Amino acid sequence: MIDNLVFVKSFYLPPVDRREALRYAGVREEIPEITSLLDSCIVEVDGRLSAKVCYREYELSTLDAYLDLGFARTDSSALRKALDGCKKIILFCATVGVDMDRLIARYSIASPSRSVMLQAIGTERVETLCDEFCKQIKEEKISFGQSVTKRFSPGYSDLPLALQRDIFSALNPEARIGVVLNESLIMTPSKSVTAIIGIKM
Amino acid sequence: MKITEYIKKNTLILDGAMGTLLQGAGLSAGEMPEGWNVTHPDIIESVHRAYFDAGSNMVCTNTFGANILKFSAEELEKIISASVKNARAAAMTSKGSQKKWIALDIGPTGRMLKPLGDLDFEDAVAVFAETVRLGVKYGVDLIFIETMSDCYETKAALLAAKENSKLPVFVSNAYGEDGKLMTGADPLAMIALLEGMGADAIGVNCSFGPDALTSVVEDYLKYSSLPVILKPNAGLPRVNGDRTFYDLSPGDFADSVGRLTERGVRAVGGCCGTTPEYISALVSRVADINPLPVKKKKITLASSYTHAVRFGDAPVLIGERINPTGKPRFREAVKSGNLEYILREGIGQEEAGAHILDVNLGIPGIDEATTLTDAVCRLQEVTSLPLQIDTADTCAMESALRRYNGKAMINSVNGKTESMAAVFPLVRKYGGLVVALTLDENGIPKTAEGRVEIARRILVEAKKYGIDKKNIIFDPLAMAVSADKDAAIETLCAVKMISKRLHAHTSLGISNVSFGLPARDKLNAVFLVSALERGLSAAIVNPYSAEVLDVYRAHLALSGYDVNFEGYITSVTEQKNNVEYNITDLKTAVIKGMKEKSAILAAELLKGKAALDIINGEIIPALNTVGDGFEKKTVFLPSLLMSAEAAGAAFEVIKSAMPPEQKSVGCRIVLATVKGDIHDIGKNIVKLILENYGFDVTDLGKDVSPERIVKEAISLDARIVGLSALMTTTLTAMAETVKLLKKKAPACKIMVGGAVLTEEYAREIGADFYGKDAMDAVRYAENVNKN
Repeated sequence: MIDNLVFVKSFYLPPVDRREALRYAGVREEIPEITSLLDSCIVEVDGRLSAKVCYREYELSTLDAYLDLGFARTDSSALRKALDGCKKIILFCATVGVDMDRLIARYSIASPSRSVMLQAIGTERVETLCDEFCKQIKEEKISFGQSVTKRFSPGYSDLPLALQRDIFSALNPEARIGVVLNESLIMTPSKSVTAIIGIKM
Repeated sequence: MKITEYIKKNTLILDGAMGTLLQGAGLSAGEMPEGWNVTHPDIIESVHRAYFDAGSNMVCTNTFGANILKFSAEELEKIISASVKNARAAAMTSKGSQKKWIALDIGPTGRMLKPLGDLDFEDAVAVFAETVRLGVKYGVDLIFIETMSDCYETKAALLAAKENSKLPVFVSNAYGEDGKLMTGADPLAMIALLEGMGADAIGVNCSFGPDALTSVVEDYLKYSSLPVILKPNAGLPRVNGDRTFYDLSPGDFADSVGRLTERGVRAVGGCCGTTPEYISALVSRVADINPLPVKKKKITLASSYTHAVRFGDAPVLIGERINPTGKPRFREAVKSGNLEYILREGIGQEEAGAHILDVNLGIPGIDEATTLTDAVCRLQEVTSLPLQIDTADTCAMESALRRYNGKAMINSVNGKTESMAAVFPLVRKYGGLVVALTLDENGIPKTAEGRVEIARRILVEAKKYGIDKKNIIFDPLAMAVSADKDAAIETLCAVKMISKRLHAHTSLGISNVSFGLPARDKLNAVFLVSALERGLSAAIVNPYSAEVLDVYRAHLALSGYDVNFEGYITSVTEQKNNVEYNITDLKTAVIKGMKEKSAILAAELLKGKAALDIINGEIIPALNTVGDGFEKKTVFLPSLLMSAEAAGAAFEVIKSAMPPEQKSVGCRIVLATVKGDIHDIGKNIVKLILENYGFDVTDLGKDVSPERIVKEAISLDARIVGLSALMTTTLTAMAETVKLLKKKAPACKIMVGGAVLTEEYAREIGADFYGKDAMDAVRYAENVNKN
């Protein structure tokens, strides 16, 4: 059921960072054929993304044996280190929508090179979305004299992927932004990210 | 009185939010509200009663997430039985004197259906079916499917409701800011699907406040022949310190919903943030509104999971290329389980301008039900065009219709009693726009008059099944003029008569007319124009035919369908590809990854060279150059793939000139992404490159069970099985598959790859080879093939 403390934001993303996209595609040297492929993929993606984030703030308690994140507990030492000195966290889920997956699926048949490039652009887009969201949160928190940490996702270091289940029951992104968790803990749409940002007072 | 009768004459008042009130009563975040039916029956009953007291005619049981994915069978039965009891008790004890009904509330499963997610369509149907059966058992009055944000899941829920009850079913979807469902369907697509499957009322809920939903509601009012439901949120959530609230007051909410009620909405209530106060305000606001009649709309639609195609405006082009007639390679591909050929035809026809794709897999000796259904599902992964399911086998027809995501076209029924008795029940159950051939037990009447007569009889029979004229498209059958010089004229005449006298839509398989004559495209094009002039609504054509497409676009331009002539002008303006500069040799074209150029150059070379010489002299050296570069990390993945695609395009051309025994190196490889894993890009790359090097590759797709992989490897007599896994969580499935293969098909070599795999792990699970990339796989396959 709808829990009113989770918020949803839609975003207009800045233009694709070409260097990042090429990096994700495994290209270290741009040649004309690749430039042309990248350009046409960027045109095709344009207007088909639906960039959304849902998020919620939680109190953080650091106990001896574990961290209490407000929606779950974890004994991850890497997260403990990353959240050192934080009193609150923001838990979020971001996605660029399902059309990116459809484009990738279509071209995996019609043109695998295009599919690889679209994969890379999709990754760049959702990372950019996270950057934009974190930037907004940072600005907002700075205005209250607070600071924020870098984002930290399940699967990084010793933070288990299984935390995804707790994140999904906390945020309910299925109903809010259309992100679902599959049995093997993969998210659909595939270009989606969940992460935690720490807030220092 | 039945609710479906009541709603014909009255505005039905629904309830407001349950969750909002339960949170107020102490439901904690993360706690499942459905459990409260059992643990806090008094509270649930009082919420229902408050809505009945406020004037609701219908309340929804507290069962939004009550399904067997979230609860055990035993818990589920307790919850649903208690939920109905609570609602019934509220109805009995409420002071309200209005008519009252209890709806079994069904929300989304929270999982995504395949192909986007991992929940199988039939599993989703089974999940909903269990909830429906319990609702029926404990005596609800109707079923309310709500807040659905995916077209396919909505279909699964409605199908389960229809198959497991005779109760009325209301269906309500949650739309986003863009006026579409989360997975892309627009209102027209949903209306087509839901009306076709026999929902009793349809509409929208949740998402936003009533004003933000206005344009979606307007679409429903304009196109739906069913009563329209509106159950919006109390505006948008806002924060005030630690408290959140919705920004519409009961009065403002009632006013906005009231305005839409005046325009024809027939069932109104509230979703998130609404309370009995909102419903009270709504009851007063709509009390004096005289309900507008719900009118039958005459629009003819076929739909996919994103959009609907409408018949009766600009003529609709149906691509005919997914059909084995006269295509030996097509047959061969389908028989060996290779559906990619079909997928490429689908994408190609869409790019060429088709609006709908005909899908015919009538090949003797195949299991048509399985293959057709598979093809339909796979096509829906790569194209959003509506499909026309074309088969004479009604088992195959049913199986494909059931799985189809949207309202399909069905090709076909005809005037034979047996045909109508077999096909019409399927149209009735699954929805569909059915093509009716004007022939019967006595064959095809020679005259137009005779064909129109059959059309009339088909309409009468269809009506008995509740199938409306708008859901039938008549095909008065284009016949070869080479066999009968008057054939075209009679058919054209029939098109005109059906359209003028019966006011029904028509479609023709255009290409039949030219059978047996040379330069068929010229005849097809003129026949198409003649038929369009006589009111033809749709044409089954070859969208790759320039002549046919040219006259079609010219017709649109001359008939006022092509506003500003944009389509026409674009089609006659030459497209320049500035990357394919002056390359004149095939080897360079392949190295540079130029797909079209490579095909053209291969065709030119074929005029003077043997096929094998071109492959060994141009294509293989080019692939080796790129492959070596990739191994040395001077060529990157996209370039490698572009070259592989260019080589593939050249092969396509060259293969047609080769005797079959030379087409491959004679080594069968089966590829699959293992069970539980839905990543397939890596596997697809490996496949492409292996095919380039002449290997016969059968791709089983993603999320494939160990049993199926073993079965296919044995039946195809594979030399090598290639397995891919991208997730640490699916590595166990890979290990299981390897174990089963080693036991059941010990002669078969196993190569494995994927992002999370290591050489060490590959060895540990007993694989014969670990490939770090596609070129590695090629080298290994070449080695196996040599020995």
